[in-house]
Amino acid sequence: MRGLVQAFQLIVARDPALFEIVALSLRVSGTALLFSTLIGIPLGAVLGLSRFVGRRLVIALLYTGMGFPPVVVGLFVYLLLSRSGPLGQLHWPVIPSLFTPEAMIVAQSIISFPLVAGFTMAAVMGVDPQLRQQVQALGATRWQTTLTVLLEARVGVIVSVIAGFGSIISEVGAVMLVGGNIEHRTRVLTTAIVLETRKGNFDLAIALGMVLLLLSFLTNVIVLWLQGRTFDE
Amino acid sequence: MSELIYQLRNISKSYNGRCVLRVDHLQIHRGEVFSVVGPSGAGKSTLLRLLNFLEPPTSGYIRFLDAEFGPDRPMPLELRRRVTTVFQRPILLSRSVWANVNYGLRLRGQRDSAPQVKAVLEQVGLAGLAGQPARTLSGGEAQRVALARAIALQPDVLLLDEPTANLDPYNVGMIEDIVRRLNRERGTTVVLVTHNVFQARRLAHRVALLLEGQIIEIADVDTFFQSPRDRRTSAFVRGEMVY
Ligand SMILES: Nc1ncnc2c1ncn2[C@@H]1O[C@H](COP(=O)(O)OP(=O)(O)OP(=O)(O)O)[C@@H](O)[C@H]1O
Ligand SMILES: [Mg+2]
Repeated sequence: MRGLVQAFQLIVARDPALFEIVALSLRVSGTALLFSTLIGIPLGAVLGLSRFVGRRLVIALLYTGMGFPPVVVGLFVYLLLSRSGPLGQLHWPVIPSLFTPEAMIVAQSIISFPLVAGFTMAAVMGVDPQLRQQVQALGATRWQTTLTVLLEARVGVIVSVIAGFGSIISEVGAVMLVGGNIEHRTRVLTTAIVLETRKGNFDLAIALGMVLLLLSFLTNVIVLWLQGRTFDE
Repeated sequence: MSELIYQLRNISKSYNGRCVLRVDHLQIHRGEVFSVVGPSGAGKSTLLRLLNFLEPPTSGYIRFLDAEFGPDRPMPLELRRRVTTVFQRPILLSRSVWANVNYGLRLRGQRDSAPQVKAVLEQVGLAGLAGQPARTLSGGEAQRVALARAIALQPDVLLLDEPTANLDPYNVGMIEDIVRRLNRERGTTVVLVTHNVFQARRLAHRVALLLEGQIIEIADVDTFFQSPRDRRTSAFVRGEMVY
């Protein structure tokens, strides 16, 4: 109970350590979400709207990706980026090294894009297939047709993005592996909670936990609110 | 009425190897109201999809103005945009009535479309519902929005697929009036698909009977109804089963 009070005090006092960690969490997961949205929404739209050879295989892979244990993604990224790994060896400036926020962004992008793509695909497939022909009859090009279908499925598409966010903001294993939980550099909410709990700093751990809960709660509220709006429409 | 807008020759359309439409010869003139009647499953909607260049024929070519549309030849966008369809089961966008009517104009990058949208909404008697979400409309209102979003484009050809099925006499009368006026005043070519032979008689200059994917008879409206050549036409006009 005393921990809880102190946790509140930390939040209210804008404890710099706490805010640094929250800011990095948001930056890493936000950037990862941007990438997974840029890949996931077009991929989901293509899978939902067109028929091509290998589509079923891609969908099967996507479903696997949606249920993939994040820590295993972390392991893959770790092996790829480590100095002796296939990508780490190249020493290209665009390839991030291990134990940096960029490496965490890579891992989180890989974790979240299948969710964004999968939910976008489902949303797009929920739009009446006849609608496409009807907007074409009104003069839409292929590109305009795709955009219109995405807009019709907008609630589902937004839900896909938020689900992607939820999957990475609260994830521990992968960021721990590839980030290393280094103070002031790669320490995010989840890894900090693990550490502070081990050290016995329960007040800080609880404060971090509350911030994380609040973020998850907000994303869920937004999802429910949006879904409610579709049912109202 | 001599300029040809469509010319179809040896067209066929198959789905999964089953031929559902075969038209050896069909011409549609600019400025006419051409009606296609026939029982359910005859291929009427399929014909309209071909005429709107939404699906290519399996074989044969459709000549539209000076372009050709076929299995390996898509219709250029500018020409495709001169034709539009009011579908048998219109699907409106989940946006406002106004946005639905404005949609095709926006696709064309047209600015200052507001006066045009307003005029069309007034024409179909929906000016008061402009801001309402289209998904909340009644069947008759939705059908009128579907007509409005089509005529807002001022098409050369308006394809109508059962535009008044399931509507009350007031809505039927209103839609028929609009179509008639569009044809007379603006010279819009209309292809009207209907089960309703009375509607064809009220609106069309020429009528065709489509049966099991084949055109049985094409004639002037008077000939079609008063002295058809084919006994299946007289049976259909009398409301008898023709299978
Ligand atoms: N996309 C499709 N795939 C497979 N078969 C189709 C497809 N579209 C139409 N058909 C078939 O083609 C035939 C003609 O269908 P069409 O919709 O053109 O008939 P219709 O004359 O418009 O009938 P109705 O008066 O009931 O609307 C039907 O047997 C239908 O099952
Ligand atoms: Mg039909």
